[in-house]
Amino acid sequence: MDRRKSIQAMLLGAGAISLGLHSCVEKGEPALEEQIIESADGYFGRTPEELERIEKLNAEQLFNEHELETIAVLSEVILPPKPDVGGPLEAGVPEFIEFIGKDMPRMQNTLLGGLLWLDNQSLETFNKEFKSLELSQQKQLLDPIAFYNPEVPTYKRPFEIQWFGLMRNLTMTGYYTSEWGIKDLGYQGNQPNVWDGVPQDVLDQHGVAYDPEWIAKCINQDTRGDIATWDDDGNLLT
Amino acid sequence: MQIKESPDVYDVIIVGSGAGGGMATKQLADAGFNVAVVEAGPFFDPADPKTMTQMKWPHASPRRGAGTTRPFGEFDMAYGGWEIEGEPYTHEPGTDFRWFRSHMLGGRTNHWGRISLRFGPKDFKGKTRDGYGEDWPLGYDDVKPYYDKVDKLIGVFGTNEGLENDPDGFFLPPPKPRLHELFYIQGARKSGVPVIPSRMSMLTKRINNDRGVCFYCGQCSRSCSVYADFSSGSCLIFPAQKSGGKVRLYTNCVVREVTTNEEGKATGVSYISKEDRREYKLKARVVVLAASACSSARILLNSKSPQHPNGLGNSSDVIGKYLHDSTGSSRAGFIPQLMNRKPSYNEDGVGGLHVYSPWWGDNSKLDFPRGYHIEVWGGMGMPSYGFGFNANEFNKFFGTKVGGYGDVLRDDVKKYYGAVVGMAGRGEGIARKDNYCEIDETTVDQFGIPVLKFNYKWSDLERRQATHMQETFEEIIHNMGGQVLGDRPGGPDNGLNKPGEIIHEVGTTRMGNDPKTSVTNKFNQLHDVNNVFIVDAGPFVSQADKNCTWTILALSWRASDYIIEQLKQQNI
Repeated sequence: MDRRKSIQAMLLGAGAISLGLHSCVEKGEPALEEQIIESADGYFGRTPEELERIEKLNAEQLFNEHELETIAVLSEVILPPKPDVGGPLEAGVPEFIEFIGKDMPRMQNTLLGGLLWLDNQSLETFNKEFKSLELSQQKQLLDPIAFYNPEVPTYKRPFEIQWFGLMRNLTMTGYYTSEWGIKDLGYQGNQPNVWDGVPQDVLDQHGVAYDPEWIAKCINQDTRGDIATWDDDGNLLT
Repeated sequence: MQIKESPDVYDVIIVGSGAGGGMATKQLADAGFNVAVVEAGPFFDPADPKTMTQMKWPHASPRRGAGTTRPFGEFDMAYGGWEIEGEPYTHEPGTDFRWFRSHMLGGRTNHWGRISLRFGPKDFKGKTRDGYGEDWPLGYDDVKPYYDKVDKLIGVFGTNEGLENDPDGFFLPPPKPRLHELFYIQGARKSGVPVIPSRMSMLTKRINNDRGVCFYCGQCSRSCSVYADFSSGSCLIFPAQKSGGKVRLYTNCVVREVTTNEEGKATGVSYISKEDRREYKLKARVVVLAASACSSARILLNSKSPQHPNGLGNSSDVIGKYLHDSTGSSRAGFIPQLMNRKPSYNEDGVGGLHVYSPWWGDNSKLDFPRGYHIEVWGGMGMPSYGFGFNANEFNKFFGTKVGGYGDVLRDDVKKYYGAVVGMAGRGEGIARKDNYCEIDETTVDQFGIPVLKFNYKWSDLERRQATHMQETFEEIIHNMGGQVLGDRPGGPDNGLNKPGEIIHEVGTTRMGNDPKTSVTNKFNQLHDVNNVFIVDAGPFVSQADKNCTWTILALSWRASDYIIEQLKQQNI
C-alpha cells in the first residue's frame, strides 16, 4: 500500500466509511471493491483482544534454535521445494508451527516429544543429529513411520506415527495456505470477478452438462448493474 | 455510586441490532420516531478496513485462518461464539444446549449463511396438521405482504417454482450451479429428491444505488464491504441513519433489565457500559427487545418488580419455555468423478450453496412429523488452516498406501482437490414446554447479571428425522458414484447436532391469542405490558424446515407498523 492510500485508510475511520462508500457508488467509479480491499491491506481485521493474544504468543518461545532447525530440515524432506513454487521454508512453515504450537497448546507434548524421539533414533542409528544426516539416512529413519493405517483412529496409532502425521499435516497446511502453495495449487479465487458458470471444457472433462431450463432462470451477467424491478406477481422486469 | 440516568426520553429503545432490531430501527426511524439502539458489542461497519476480513489471504495471519478465537475460523465475522469469557451459562445435568452469541453492531447477521426462506402456509399451522406443538395465531397470508416487502428492500435471489409450502417471492436471478452442484442435482433427482436454485440474500443484481453488487468472492461469512449481502448494520441501520432518521447507537452497553413504573408499564432500560463498568438508565415510551430469543427472555426474567414478581411479561410462566433450535445432521462423500480437476477458473461464487433441496416428503407416511431441507457444499475453495491435512487419505479407496512424504504429496493434494461433496440437513424439531431456559440464581456474568440455565433434550421424533437424513445422504452419495466418508454418526441422538449448534434458537417468548399460554400477542406485543415488544425469534411458535431470519425480518416489520399505528393513536 502506498503512503497516500494508507493515510486515506487512516482517515476513513469507522462511520466515515459508509459515507465514502456511497459517494463512490453514486459517481459510478469502477472497481469499488478493489479500492476497499487495498485500503484494508495493512490489517487483517483483528479485535484489540485478538491482537493482544497474537503479541503475547509472539513474545513466547516454544522451540529452541536446534528444534526449529530440525523442523526446517524435516519440513523440506516432507515437502521438497520446487522451482517457481518454493517449499516449506519460503512458505514460513517453521514459524507457522512455532506459532500454532503456542496457539494450540494441546499439540505441544507431541511436537516437542517427537523431535526428541527423532534425534534419539538418529543418534542411536547414525551417531548424528537428524538435521545433519544425509537425505538417504533421513529417509531411512522416516520410512517406518511415514505411512498409517487409516482404519485405525489417530489416537490409537503408535506415538511416532501420530507425531509424523502431525508434522506432515502442519507442513502441508502451512505451505498450501502460503502464497507459494496457493500458486502450486492453482487456486484462482479470492479476487473480485463475475461468476458465469463452469467452463465448457471442464463440464466435458467431468461428463456433465447444464440443463438449459435451469440456466434460463440464472442471472444474465450483462444485466447485473441494472436496478431490479418486478411486476406485482414477482416477475423480474429488468 | 448512583445510577446515571439520561434526561432524554426516546420514543423507542431497541435492545439488540441484529435482524429483528435492525428492521425495527429502520421502520421506526423512517417513520420519524426518536430511536435509541442499545447493543452489547462494539460498533461494526463491514466497510471499515480495520475490522475487515473479506479478501484476506490465510497467510495474512500467523495461524493461517484457524478457529482459535472465532469458532468458524478467524476470518469469520462474528465476535463471540458458543463460549464467551465472562459470560457463562449453565445446564440442568443430563441436558445440553450450546448458546451462540455475537456481540457487535449487526449481531449474527454479519456472518450468517444468508439462506433466506419464507415459512409456508403449513408451517404456521403445525398442530392442525399433525397434532404436535401449537398453531401460530397468524397465517401465511398475514405475513406474505411483509415477506414481499423484505424481498424488495433487502434483496434475495431465487426462483419462483410454484411450490405449496416454499412460497414464491420477489427474487433476483440466482447464480449458475458449480461443478459439484451439478453432480448433486443428478444424484438427488435419482432418489426423487427435488433440487432448485438456492434462495439467499446476496445481490446478484443491483437493487438500489446505495449497495454494491456481488463480486463472487464466496466470503459472505466475513460480511460484505460493498454491502452486497444482507447484514443488519449495512442494510438497515446505516440506511436509516443516512436518510436522516434519529438513531442514537449505544454500543458496548449490556442491558440488565427493562425498568417499570408503579402502574407496571415499561419506562426504559438499565444497562451496564463495558467501558466504565457502571450502570446507566435510558427512558423511552416503548421498549423493543431484539437481543435474540434467549437474551430477550433473560432480560425479561431478570426484570422483576412488585408489579411483575415473576419477571416482566411472565404472568403465564411461559417465558423461556418452548425453546427450540433447528435439527441438524451432516455427511460428506468422496466423488471419484470429481478428481483431477482443472483449477483453471474461479468458482468461489456466492458464499455458500447455489442449489438446495426443499423438503419433499409426506410426513403422514413417515415416522417423524416434520421435514428438513438439504444444504450442499463442496468445490475448490480457498485453502485455510486444515487444508492438506491427511492429503492422500482417499488412497484407501484405491488400495494404495496412505501417508508418506515427498513430491508425491503435491500430486495427491491436486488429485483430490474439490472432490468432496457435503450435505447438511436442517429440519424442524417440535417446540416443547419441557425444553427451556430459566434464570440460574446461583451464577452471574461479569456484569453481575444472573445467567441462563438451559434444559434441552431431543426426542425420538427428531432422532428418527436424523436417521432419515443420513439414509438420504448415503443414497445420494452412492447415486453420485461416491464413497460415503466415515461411519454413520451414531450416539444417543442418531447423529443430530447438539441443540443450539445450528444457531436457529427460537420460541422462548411465543406468541398466541391466550395470555395464559403465550407471552406476546400476534403483533409481538407483551400481553402483560402494552409498551414492550419482542421482535427477535422469541415469539416464534414453531420453527419450520426453514431458516428463521427472513421470518424475523417480516414479523419485525409487521410489529413495527403496529407500533407506529399505536403510537400515533396514543394507545401506548
